[in-house]
Amino acid sequence: MTTTSSTASLGAFTGTAQPTPHRFERAVAAPAAVVVPTVPIPAAPPPRAHSGTWGRRLVQRARRAPISLWLAWGVLALVALWAVAPGAFTSYSATVGVAGQQLQAPSAAHWLGTDALGRDGYARLVFGAVHSLSGAFLAVAVGLVLGTLLGVLAGSIGGWVEDVIMRTVDVLLSVPSLLLSLSIIIILGFGTLNAAVAVGVASVASFARLTRSEVVRVRRSDYVEAAFGSGGRFGAVLWRHVLPNSLTSVIAMAALQFGSAILSISTLGFLGYGAPPPTPEWGLLIAEGRNYISTAWWLTTVPGLVVVAVVLAANRISAALTKGRA
Amino acid sequence: MTTIAQAVAPPPVLEVENLSITYRDKDHEQRVVHGVSFAIAPGEVVALVGESGSGKTTTAQALIGLLADNGRVEHGAIRLNGTDVAGWSPDRFDSVRGRVVSLIPQDPTSSLNPVRTVGEQVGEILKIHRYGDRQAIARRVVDLLAKVGLSQPELRARQYPHELSGGMKQRVLIAIAIALQPALIIADEPTSALDVTVQRRILDLIDELRSEFGTAVLLVTHDLGVAADRANRLVVLQGGRIQEQGDTASVLRNPHSAYTRKLLADAPSRSQGAFRPARAAAANDTPERPEDFAIVVDGLVHDFDVAGRKEPFRAVDGVSFRVRRGTTHAIVGESGSGKTTTIRDVVGFRQPTAGRIVIEGTDLTTLRGEALRQFRRTVQLVYQNPFSSLDPRQTIFQIIEEPLLNFEPLPAAERARRVHDILARVGLPPAVLERRPRALSGGQRQRVAIARALVLQPRVLVLDEAVSALDVTVQAQILALLETLQRDLGLTYLFISHDLAVVRQIADTVSVLQAGRQVDAGRVEDVFLRPGSDYTRELIAAIPGKKNHHHDPIDTHTTHLRQAPGVFQQAA
Repeated sequence: MTTTSSTASLGAFTGTAQPTPHRFERAVAAPAAVVVPTVPIPAAPPPRAHSGTWGRRLVQRARRAPISLWLAWGVLALVALWAVAPGAFTSYSATVGVAGQQLQAPSAAHWLGTDALGRDGYARLVFGAVHSLSGAFLAVAVGLVLGTLLGVLAGSIGGWVEDVIMRTVDVLLSVPSLLLSLSIIIILGFGTLNAAVAVGVASVASFARLTRSEVVRVRRSDYVEAAFGSGGRFGAVLWRHVLPNSLTSVIAMAALQFGSAILSISTLGFLGYGAPPPTPEWGLLIAEGRNYISTAWWLTTVPGLVVVAVVLAANRISAALTKGRA
Repeated sequence: MTTIAQAVAPPPVLEVENLSITYRDKDHEQRVVHGVSFAIAPGEVVALVGESGSGKTTTAQALIGLLADNGRVEHGAIRLNGTDVAGWSPDRFDSVRGRVVSLIPQDPTSSLNPVRTVGEQVGEILKIHRYGDRQAIARRVVDLLAKVGLSQPELRARQYPHELSGGMKQRVLIAIAIALQPALIIADEPTSALDVTVQRRILDLIDELRSEFGTAVLLVTHDLGVAADRANRLVVLQGGRIQEQGDTASVLRNPHSAYTRKLLADAPSRSQGAFRPARAAAANDTPERPEDFAIVVDGLVHDFDVAGRKEPFRAVDGVSFRVRRGTTHAIVGESGSGKTTTIRDVVGFRQPTAGRIVIEGTDLTTLRGEALRQFRRTVQLVYQNPFSSLDPRQTIFQIIEEPLLNFEPLPAAERARRVHDILARVGLPPAVLERRPRALSGGQRQRVAIARALVLQPRVLVLDEAVSALDVTVQAQILALLETLQRDLGLTYLFISHDLAVVRQIADTVSVLQAGRQVDAGRVEDVFLRPGSDYTRELIAAIPGKKNHHHDPIDTHTTHLRQAPGVFQQAA
């Protein structure tokens, strides 16, 4: 692959210089003098970037993925579709009940039965996806952006800046996150948006801690020092080297956080701090169904299982991201 | 003599016959060892020599049943004392491991359990194989530690690994390996992580123990110098195939395969007596003018504060040297000698406590902030490890281009042109520009690192053990490249190394550091032939690969022949 100009002469030399018993010292000596500087560099394995288009590589990778990962992506895709186009999955309304059809058991007409006001359980689940998902996205975004910013500042500047940030983070981490979210909601007021922000702020500390440790690791690496050594300015080196190399595990944690954000938002909804009724938010569904658990167990169980499935799916994808950005 | 010995000798301790090993990688299998056969007689030292990727470690792992989970012995036989163990399960191997065959691992720092005392770890193998009751084991542990040459063995047995130096840890691992007096010891690069003087003592120890117990030793090494010194027979591996095997002396004198010849030519420790030819600029008789020197270091002192102690630790203590423009100065010393601290001061990463560093007429110690950043174009550093000094997320083009972005803006086309130019200079094809570092070999990466350092057209290049992490063949290529670049671009090199053999090949002048002090300095030839300190003498004596030279006039002769045109003058 890599050949310098005199490789041909090397080949000729070793080919012709057959050592005869009494002249071996010359045979040894002569090729050696030529060999040293002209050895071709061993060929590198073919670059992966050239093995196919981006799309084709994705397909190849998907084909190798284990079935559990497939399932995880499937669950998230379905829930995402619910959020984007709920009307395509059900013809019932999520908020308007049908009189005389209260608390029906699951049937062909109402797949997941109806609640105390005669609203279709399945429709409420489908229409609720957008509230839970957008809330979780917002929560993760708040945590990711603020946390990464604080972590990068702490890890790259060091000194008293790091001390101040990281001790604050320690304090935040010592408060149970639900309690923290509740306190923030009490300041901000009730509502889906505020619940999401509250959950996000509660996760800033763990994002900041992870990011800082990654930044500190990358900052100590030779290539960052080499970048400074070749005249790089602080900001440029941070942007070109430190940030991209620190973010892999932070992204994996964001996927994990997505699952727990859904859980936290549902918890807040369940406790009545989130979306007000009649919003079909998942936590609220569980809370409302709880009153009828002895007569209509499916009202609270099915939304609960959906939350479990989404959280597990997010965890599974996060694990795959940690392992090899699958 | 060997043939007679073999004819009457007892059956071999180890017989490997047509051994093939494959690794399973996701959905396909790759064979890495192809039909390897060799044997080791009792009390014999056989060296398995090859570059990284030659399959030598895989072979050694198979012999002791420690192949990685995805590795598999495809076919062939491994007979230990006549019993074929090739297909054995790991559990079954437990009975022979330690008792019949044992291993001295490569890296002493990571091979001991940090939370258990040395005595417990040596005693563990005795306990597993039911050596005796607790007192008997404790007594045997102290005996063993004394046997491997550790002072105060009772104290050592109670110490934890972090209280021991690297050489002492390797001795502990040897004590574990010989605890049950196995018939065969596999030493996998036992000294690669150690300083040269420690390396010599450890190899001497293995040799003594071998002659005392009659244990056979399989020495796995990439260092032909070590193999030549220590082994009775050599097995040369390349790409999982045996290229050559036979008596050490006859292989060295009359290598049959082209690959062995190349290894011999590339091993710096085997080129005896040849110094770098003096150049006009370096000749000592021209009068000294201050403007002749690219680097002047004067009375350099560097202290580090130690937590909990009033007295700072003095890492560098009054080091002074000057380097003429266009020549190479080497700094030699073992780990902890202050050589890394010295060059980090020279490159401007740290401010020294005292002393003056003048590079190309600029006093570095007065520079701060933006002035220091601008100065970085003058002096560039190449790191020891090309695997950690390149950002894994950048393409090669981005890596080489980056320094250009840090200074006055250049149009993209101009930057691309300079990157292509420098890439051609370091002997890499343009195809690598699109790749990322992981798709390149170690030698190619080091070329990229050199290209990145040179793209700013510096006057001084500081090389921190820049070839130590590379195989001998690749090392020889990189050294040749450096030589060409120095000649073409008039560069001044500051070359840090623990390997005196390399220093002898490429440096004009040298400073020998010990514990932060400069114990010897001057022209390489003077320092090597008339060392001024005991420490330098010890360092020179510790260079491996001498044994077979002194008894072998023919070999010396060939070396001279090879050296006559000068290894580097051939680099085109």
